[in-house]
Amino acid sequence: MSELLEVSDLVIEYHGATVVRAVDHVSLTIAPGEVLALVGESGCGKSSLARAVVGMEKPRAGAVTYRGSEVPLLGVRRRRAQFTSIQMVFQDPNSSLNPRIRVGQQISEGIRAAVERGDEGSQPEEWLERVGLPIEMVARYAHELSGGQRQRVAIARALAARPDLLVADEPISALDASSQASVADMMRKLALDAGAGLLFISHDLAIVRLIADRTVVMYRGKIVESGVSDLIWNDPVHPYTRALISAIPEPDGKGNLPAAPAADAPEEWRMTLPEALDRA
Amino acid sequence: MSDITTPQTADAAAASTTPVLTVDGLTIGIGSRKNVKSIVKGISLALTPGRIQGLAGESGSGKTVTSLAMLGLLPSNAVVGGSIRLGDTELVGMTHRQLNEIRGRRIAMIFQDPSSSLHPQLTVGTQLTDHVKRHMKMSSKQARAHAIELLDRVRVPNPAEALARYPHQFSGGQRQRIAIAIALACDPIVLLADEPTTALDVTVQAGILHLLRDLADERQLAVLLVTHDLGVMSAIADDIAVMRHGEIVESNVRSEIFVNPQHAYTRELLASLPGAAGFEEASE
Amino acid sequence: MRKRRLKIPAAWITPLGVIGAVIAIAWVGIAFTARLWVPFDPLSQDLPRLQAPGIDTLMGTDALGRDIFSRLMTGASVTIPLALMLVLMSLVVGTLIGAIAGYFGKWVDELLMRLTDLVMAFPTVILAMVVAAALGPSLFNAVIAAFVVSWPQYARMTRSIVLGLRTQNYVMAGRLMGFSPFKTLRVDIAPNVVGPILVLASLDVGTAILLLSGLSFLGLGAQPPTAEWGSMISAAIQNFDSWWIGLFPGLAILTVVMAFNFVGDSLRDIFDPTSQVSRAGARS
Repeated sequence: MSELLEVSDLVIEYHGATVVRAVDHVSLTIAPGEVLALVGESGCGKSSLARAVVGMEKPRAGAVTYRGSEVPLLGVRRRRAQFTSIQMVFQDPNSSLNPRIRVGQQISEGIRAAVERGDEGSQPEEWLERVGLPIEMVARYAHELSGGQRQRVAIARALAARPDLLVADEPISALDASSQASVADMMRKLALDAGAGLLFISHDLAIVRLIADRTVVMYRGKIVESGVSDLIWNDPVHPYTRALISAIPEPDGKGNLPAAPAADAPEEWRMTLPEALDRA
Repeated sequence: MSDITTPQTADAAAASTTPVLTVDGLTIGIGSRKNVKSIVKGISLALTPGRIQGLAGESGSGKTVTSLAMLGLLPSNAVVGGSIRLGDTELVGMTHRQLNEIRGRRIAMIFQDPSSSLHPQLTVGTQLTDHVKRHMKMSSKQARAHAIELLDRVRVPNPAEALARYPHQFSGGQRQRIAIAIALACDPIVLLADEPTTALDVTVQAGILHLLRDLADERQLAVLLVTHDLGVMSAIADDIAVMRHGEIVESNVRSEIFVNPQHAYTRELLASLPGAAGFEEASE
Repeated sequence: MRKRRLKIPAAWITPLGVIGAVIAIAWVGIAFTARLWVPFDPLSQDLPRLQAPGIDTLMGTDALGRDIFSRLMTGASVTIPLALMLVLMSLVVGTLIGAIAGYFGKWVDELLMRLTDLVMAFPTVILAMVVAAALGPSLFNAVIAAFVVSWPQYARMTRSIVLGLRTQNYVMAGRLMGFSPFKTLRVDIAPNVVGPILVLASLDVGTAILLLSGLSFLGLGAQPPTAEWGSMISAAIQNFDSWWIGLFPGLAILTVVMAFNFVGDSLRDIFDPTSQVSRAGARS
């Protein structure tokens, strides 16, 4: 099997007062050295999918396969070494780092995971440098850093584990606007340098198109459009993708109001359009 | 930070109307007597009817604190200097009771997170009419009619029905519309909008932006739009002030800010936008 | 980088916290050294009976001609170490049970929490009395009785903290890196539980002293002739006219309980999550 990650026919449901189907028969693949973006608005199921990929969510149906073997649920038991090469970066930088442990030590835990798997060791300082932070930060605690710096440390820790698959769940949405694009770009470079696959989840199509080879657009738990990022950005086919792109305000200073959808959630957004899938 | 750029090409429309709210040399410090941390360091702004004044800047630049100061909503350990004038009334140094008269009636505010600015256990109707009845001394019947009109104005579908529902029964975008309706209930002349679309999806954001623009145009509201999102700024702000470390580094009409930025920080912000020339270079 | 460790946080320096700490440390010091310097043997009955406080006997003598000052000071060495031991035991057992219940969840949680519910359903003193009565009245049995009723609060608190921490991103990140359950508890969870538990423990020292003295007062703890505060007060009931017999042990209990409560309160301020949020940097 050449694919690094294969998600096939995945269904995730939440059982509360009513059954909510967050992910509805979704399939996708990521190859080594590929950046795949998963785009959609709140409640489309993209975060549930990301959590299922690393084993934090139990699939109702379907499977998540990593290098040919099914990703086990992240239960109480210790995760086997073969799966510690899947790492994740979370949305909220404030809860991503242990408040009582120095930054350097937290990165060291990532390094240890790599070494235990038989990978090359490294120093925490190297990783701080790679994410663009001063090496003195090894001795700092999380509360002494800004949100952006915390997120960079979280990225450094994930990369220190030398992942082959990095899952990033809205890693830039809590950052200042001026650093969003550069952090996204940095993640792409670092993942590719390591030969890893990157699953990048975001609601921001404008940034995603710059870093992702392929993009998957989700709406209400389903994939509505997928394929090469440039194609989707420049020539969207599905009505939802079109609405999504034309709603992004252009920062050109011309005072043009972005197009607003006529209704709150038009019925046409839900339709399946075969030609919008796997565009190449 | 010495090279503050002043507007050279004053828009004709702006010059013709007099400002309703003027901020002059506003300083805000927060902390105890011994250790006051200066957050806003002498900024000046003017809001005119029918125009949207943008206040751009990143987290920690002091933009939210500035808007809170206009409502007198700063924490008790804040030290405010300078002047904020609403028409001829000086707001700095006013008592809470005097400010209460102005808050909500003359100056209204909407926040980033509509779900936390609405009371979860009261119906939309109650929240809208209570406000109106108290401030504008309307009868229940009049207030109800007024509330329906307001909801209709902010384009909440089925306004009469919506009055009986609770905030959680609406989507995030509809909740923000309701929050705007409540803000408009007493016919304010100034609307402060602090990151009004940041918590919303882009497709929903587009609708709210249309609404804010229309309200400014039709009701001749003076709007202060606080946001870090330059896309949003570009879409609806008429004038933009760029804030950094508590100071306004550049202030001008929209087109000048985007096309002909004077201050290095403004250029930096523009260059960091996805798709900007600076970014493409960086990603080589 | 070491600075943070050495610096005494400003929050420590509250008047009540300092007073509490001084009194608490003084009492602990007395508890461990009293036997070396008290003027009289606390058990010898050589002095005149029921002598009012004076120059020879600072706090007077009791009905058996024992020096109350000496008994009071040596009483500290009975009650305080036992109270500390009791708190330590409840802390260790309760925290362990709570952490296991919170971390492993499911049926483990159900089982352990039903057990704590069961214990907590009994009124504390009554349950302690039952245990003391069953095992026979002695100071050591009183400690066991008090332990039975005081560990569940630690279990409850630890469980709820662990439940909150378990889904924190950094705990998840550790699990993804192949941390064993034990390592997760040790590295990611325990350090974040310590603060609140220490607060609870320091507040609990006072409660423990009250409980132990209470049991002794009821005759279920220390047996005569042991000098113990609760039993000293109990003895005072027979000599109501001699106010000094009961007053001084009462004051001793009061000061020590208040001192530990003050320490606990200021510790609570230090570990308060909201004060940590403000240190981590507020938004603009």
